[in-house]
Amino acid sequence: MMDIITQIIVSFFATAGIAIIFNVPRKTLLHCGLVGVIGWIIYYSLTERGMDVVNASFFGSFVIAIVAHLYARRFKIPMIIFIVGGIIPLVPGGMAYNAMRNVVADDYLQGLQYGLKAFLITGAIVMGLVFAEVFTQLIVRSIRLSKLTFQRVYKK
Amino acid sequence: MVLQEADNELTIDCLLLAGRIMIESGAETYRVEDTMLRMAKSQKMTNAQCYATPTGIIFSLGKTQPTRITSISKRVTDLQKIALVNSVSRRLTSHMITLEEAYDELKSIQKTNYFLPTYLQVLAAALASGCFLIMFQGGWSDFPIACLAGGLGFLVLVIINHLTKVKFFSEFTASLAIGFIAFFSEKYGYGTEIDKIIISSVMPLVPGILITNAVRDLMAGHFMSGMAKGAEAFLTAFAIGAAIAVTLGF
Repeated sequence: MMDIITQIIVSFFATAGIAIIFNVPRKTLLHCGLVGVIGWIIYYSLTERGMDVVNASFFGSFVIAIVAHLYARRFKIPMIIFIVGGIIPLVPGGMAYNAMRNVVADDYLQGLQYGLKAFLITGAIVMGLVFAEVFTQLIVRSIRLSKLTFQRVYKK
Repeated sequence: MVLQEADNELTIDCLLLAGRIMIESGAETYRVEDTMLRMAKSQKMTNAQCYATPTGIIFSLGKTQPTRITSISKRVTDLQKIALVNSVSRRLTSHMITLEEAYDELKSIQKTNYFLPTYLQVLAAALASGCFLIMFQGGWSDFPIACLAGGLGFLVLVIINHLTKVKFFSEFTASLAIGFIAFFSEKYGYGTEIDKIIISSVMPLVPGILITNAVRDLMAGHFMSGMAKGAEAFLTAFAIGAAIAVTLGF
């Protein structure tokens, strides 16, 4: 439990720091940090329970994009502002580093293995973002449609 | 008739400026096109066509008017400017402000530097690097070294970027500095895990916005922009990786 609390605090400051570097609007700084915390905690607890990092990255970025969408609607600013900080912790820096280290040590097979894993994780993050976007669009559209039909029925 | 044309010129100037600021600050290309077309529609230009890429914008009003082009050479990541331009376009399309007011506001947005002072950015990078170390299961004893490496790496990035304007060279030098700090800290007994120090300190240099934008552009059907941004992200990642490889070779 202590471990999770530490991770929450640490991931908040890490994402907020990245958000400062990318110069997000000042009033949304806390929310950017919060998006990062949510994504990271999902990724962290899933991998702790033994899920593969690729799947965990997918779920992490999926939730990040949905939360970012909600915030974007609330603040009326582009949702990319909330996404960018949030996905940075999920980027497979460790895998890419290991790939590089093995290539430098002339162990190309091992390097290729790590490199492919890094590529897969990047793909998973991307798929998470795209799926979430399509998902929210579908929901928004169906809500709007149901409202319209409701109004039509009500008028009659 | 003459008045109408002068009006059109002002509108096109305003639209191109808005698109230019957005692309220079790192917005997605499809959002730039969408914003410009919405603004055009609010000014009763129904036949407007717009084609935006990361290196330039082409905007046309149809048969009667000359097509206008603006080329863009430098791009940074400045999310605040994107949000500001977005709010200007929102207010213009809902007719809360006039075209002249919008143009003045856009000009002042373009001139202003919204970045925090460099020392604050370096501090943020240092703090973020230290926090990433804990997130990647590093020990608290390496925390100060990771902060130092991340902060100094970012400082080197800013300085070299100011001196040479070659983005990949500055990223290469910055990760070289990070690699050497991690290497020497381990050699002289200040740090324990060189791998985790390097991975966490490199994090502030990761091209997060490029990756996100490349994908969103690709999914929106803007293959040219998506590919261009993907190539830029790949080159950045390659610069970081090459520098780390150099330090690991010691």
